[in-house]
Amino acid sequence: MKFTLSWLKDHLETSADVNAVAEAMTMAGLEVEEVNDPVAKLAAFSVAKIVSAERHPNADRLQVCQVDTVDGMKEIVCGAPNARPGLTTIYAPIGAYVPGLDVTLVEKPVRGIVSNGMLCSGGELQLPDENDGILELSDDLAVGTSAAQVFGLEPVIDFEVTPNRPDWLGVAGIARDLAAAGLGTLKTPAIEPVAGKGASSISVRIDAPELCPTFGGRVIRGVKNGPSPKWLQERLTAIGLRPINALVDITNLISYDRARPLHVYDISKLEGTEIVVRAGQGEETLTALDGKEYAPKAADCVIADNTGTRAIGLGGVMGGESTGCSLETVDVFLESAWFTPIVIAQTGRALGIHSDAQYRFARGVDTHSVVPGLELATKLILELCGGEASEIVVAGEAPAAPAGFAFDPAFVKRLTGMDLSEDRIADILTALDFKVERGASWTVTPPTARRDAHGPADLVEEVARIEGFASLPSTPLPAVAPPAGGILSVRQSRVRTARRALASMGYAEAVTWSFTKQSKAVLFGGGDDRLVLENPIASDLDCMRPSALPNLIEAAARNAARGHADAALFEIGPIYLGDGPKDQRTTITGLVAPHADRHWQGAGDDALFALKADLVELLELIGAPVGSLQLVQGQNREWWHPGRSARLQLGPKNIIVEFGALHPSILKTLDADGPMLAFEIILDNVPEPKGKGGKARGAANLPNLMPLSRDFAFVLDEAKAVGDLVKAVSGADKALITDVRVFDVYRGKGVPEGQKSIAIEVEIQPREATLTDAEIEALMAKVVAAATKAGAVLRS
Amino acid sequence: MTDLAQLETELINAIGAAETVAALEEVRVAALGKSGSISLLLKGMGQLSPDERRERGPVLNGLRDRVTTALNARKADLEASELNARLLTERVDLTLPSRPRRKGGVHPTMQVMDEMIAIFAEMGFAVAEGPDIEDDFHNFTALNFPPKHPAREMHDTFFLKPDAETGERKVLRTHTSPVQVRTMMSQKPPIRIIAPGRTFRKDSDATHTPMFHQIEGLVIDRDVNMGHLKTTLETFMARFFELDDVQARFRPHHFPFTEPSAEMDIRCDRSGGKLVLNTGEDWLEILGCGMVHPNVLIACGLDPDEYQGFAFGMGVDRLAMLKYGVSDLRPMFDADTRWLAHYGFSAFQAPNPASGLS
Repeated sequence: MKFTLSWLKDHLETSADVNAVAEAMTMAGLEVEEVNDPVAKLAAFSVAKIVSAERHPNADRLQVCQVDTVDGMKEIVCGAPNARPGLTTIYAPIGAYVPGLDVTLVEKPVRGIVSNGMLCSGGELQLPDENDGILELSDDLAVGTSAAQVFGLEPVIDFEVTPNRPDWLGVAGIARDLAAAGLGTLKTPAIEPVAGKGASSISVRIDAPELCPTFGGRVIRGVKNGPSPKWLQERLTAIGLRPINALVDITNLISYDRARPLHVYDISKLEGTEIVVRAGQGEETLTALDGKEYAPKAADCVIADNTGTRAIGLGGVMGGESTGCSLETVDVFLESAWFTPIVIAQTGRALGIHSDAQYRFARGVDTHSVVPGLELATKLILELCGGEASEIVVAGEAPAAPAGFAFDPAFVKRLTGMDLSEDRIADILTALDFKVERGASWTVTPPTARRDAHGPADLVEEVARIEGFASLPSTPLPAVAPPAGGILSVRQSRVRTARRALASMGYAEAVTWSFTKQSKAVLFGGGDDRLVLENPIASDLDCMRPSALPNLIEAAARNAARGHADAALFEIGPIYLGDGPKDQRTTITGLVAPHADRHWQGAGDDALFALKADLVELLELIGAPVGSLQLVQGQNREWWHPGRSARLQLGPKNIIVEFGALHPSILKTLDADGPMLAFEIILDNVPEPKGKGGKARGAANLPNLMPLSRDFAFVLDEAKAVGDLVKAVSGADKALITDVRVFDVYRGKGVPEGQKSIAIEVEIQPREATLTDAEIEALMAKVVAAATKAGAVLRS
Repeated sequence: MTDLAQLETELINAIGAAETVAALEEVRVAALGKSGSISLLLKGMGQLSPDERRERGPVLNGLRDRVTTALNARKADLEASELNARLLTERVDLTLPSRPRRKGGVHPTMQVMDEMIAIFAEMGFAVAEGPDIEDDFHNFTALNFPPKHPAREMHDTFFLKPDAETGERKVLRTHTSPVQVRTMMSQKPPIRIIAPGRTFRKDSDATHTPMFHQIEGLVIDRDVNMGHLKTTLETFMARFFELDDVQARFRPHHFPFTEPSAEMDIRCDRSGGKLVLNTGEDWLEILGCGMVHPNVLIACGLDPDEYQGFAFGMGVDRLAMLKYGVSDLRPMFDADTRWLAHYGFSAFQAPNPASGLS
């Protein structure tokens, strides 16, 4: 919403300048977006007259002008072809900032002659002027008249109207708040009724009171339409509206002055003598004043003539082309109605049509402004266009004015902490046009324009806002002891630990969209229609992700495309298995694109086992029961490499992690160069530590006796897992065997085809006494027996 | 006696002339070995008279001791130089690069999230969470957005496709306020929580992304007022920006779920192309806040005549950008490893009150 300072001063007696107004607005809750002050911007520019103009001795296209300026006679070099003796134009002195050129004028010779200033075009002053040459002004203007005055320029304030305050969509509403805030005295002219002659020859019938509860109008005959007077045109132009003709300009003026939209019909174009307000019929179409065709449905309000058969307007939104006013219009029907805000908001959305009227009605126009709006418009029409007005006709009834409600002035202090006297509270509310009945208990009635005020809290806001939030006291919250165990849940703490752990292991934390493309979601077990967005921001982000993997894979591919193929990324974030509140999971997802640069010491650790090491360490750090996890290979879901991936589970129903290499064809579909390795921990599946054993740890068991170790070599079928052998051996004597280390895996000479030789070192920790040779022999026999049972053969 | 003196001289010279441990060993054997020159002299003592023995004994012993000392000293010297010579052959070129380690880091949004949680933790706030996919009630209706009200349009909501059976249209939460609703509906006051998390609005330009992060706060008790709100947020912002205090102002604003509503600005200066807080004539809009609207309390089953409180919400990504000088929002979600390396934080910069936030 834009308005000018002079417009505001029609409603507010104030000496405040534009910056003071903007500041007062900001602090009263009217969020100023821009103050455009052309008066300040063009302060240096003024009217001047060219006395003589001669060709520049060194340039054909330049002239050297003697110019009568506010600074006396100046010699100015000018390139405009229309510079000529006697021309009245605009002069800028040396040192002036020329906004249209974004330069500050400096004294410098132009082809050898010093130009002592500049003669300006409209564009250089940022005026809407399409001529190339310098401005050509009326000769009556006195030299030195300021440019701002010549063009009727004045400061314009643009501000954001919050949806609760449709009354701010009129300058009068802004003035009321500013007056209450102490910026000046409200002086909005009262609206005088215009006596009508005879009944309105056009009648109104409302068939759809749920869409339009009340509709008023009157006929004005014998008007002479034409361009509006200069003051009205300037007023509209200043806020970016295009003057059309007097009748239309008057309705626009009142829309912005009083937040009261109106419409004018050309009676000669109406069919019949009745305006019918009804719902759209679904089949009909209507060409609106914007020249576009619309098909109103039953939810839309239609204005019709010809006994309701012909649609001539979208009620509260836009009039129809068929009955619009033109310069030939003589008899008019003036409309002032009140439309149901939700209906108008819906119509705007459904038909994609927006207008100043639609904006206002959708937010809620003053329910009781139907007749005052008619009277004010009538007065202006009669003044500017002449004619004779009929009596007013009003159909239907406006929604009831807001009822008064009880208000305890002490509530101001209770809610805001601000200590204000009852008088001050009453004064503020009264200044805002609320009716205050004081007594043992107060009753406050909001004005009809303030349908946002429903209860005491709303009144507190009014009082606090106008008094100013600068008066809020500073009160610390009472200190509360933080919970002894910290404020984070186990899961939240795990997220924190995992983030820091992975960062320290060399993974860069990424945050990627919660969205992916549905076809990609399908690749990762998602893509359910319930998780598809109806209005995605882009077609490749139309589905909630079932995994962070597709996003991380694509991120790694993007990095590779930028020349950084060796990405190691992680993301801790949500995945969506369904649309219910319990269907979201938190995952810790890591991804490595193993493309380490060559190194003089040769390749480092195998990337897959390095990833496994990171994963196991991470699980230990977040307190997962690593010792109890089963590693299952060959059962990962289909986006994993079938031979190079596995999962860790606490049983087939509680899978905690899948990890390994990603399936090459999935990578190919995502346009990513493999190999890529990843893990995905479903954090919600990681059990939380049980019980409340306290923080104390058991006694440390630090044996005094040296551990000893024995090496074994077993031959194992290729298909058998080494992990199972290790587990079997570890279990051979749980008291004495403290570690089993695989130190060689050998295939080849001496080992049958289809088998592998596994060398392990078993660490034995004597507990009570040194082991005798016989005891060691017995233990080794147990190891061999356990290994044999697991399908291994001791290599001899 | 001169024979002995000459023997000693010869031996000492031979010891000095030995160039290797092996050559020195030969000298030792020739002098002190089984039939070495000194050993033979000592053996010959048996044939002397007691008087002669008493005289010659100390002389020979002295000779033996001095030769032994000289041998040991020379041996130590020779061993040291042999070690030195060997070590010199073991030289490696330490200008060779070691194997590079991958460098990881914490995303700035998450770092700032951790910072904020650390500050609020000290102020007694717990962390509440809720789902990203919400229903209309929790995201709008309970928060005093009347159905079809234009205020809903301000939120540029993402909708999921309507449910085939019920026709219900789930939304991606446009703020973390539904977590406030869930908290109030499940827990009795006093309440003091923050709700961090992902939020979604259908908006994409230089300063908006369709997904972003918010931290909202909620305090509900019998007598919490706007003065508490003001001090809480001023204290928080000063701690967050690591300043002694902030020059803040509260401006009236409108949110459906608070009444009165305000926006908080911090004084700033942007003139040098760089943001400096607490100075200048500009104001930096930093967050929205207000007293919880009675309709919200009622919708959540609380009696507004008994309970009241305040709520606030701020954009985490934006505050991360402001604090750490990130100029563009969009790369935040692009996972460009170069960007992450530049703006990321060390794993060991976990915010804590002892070492500071960052």
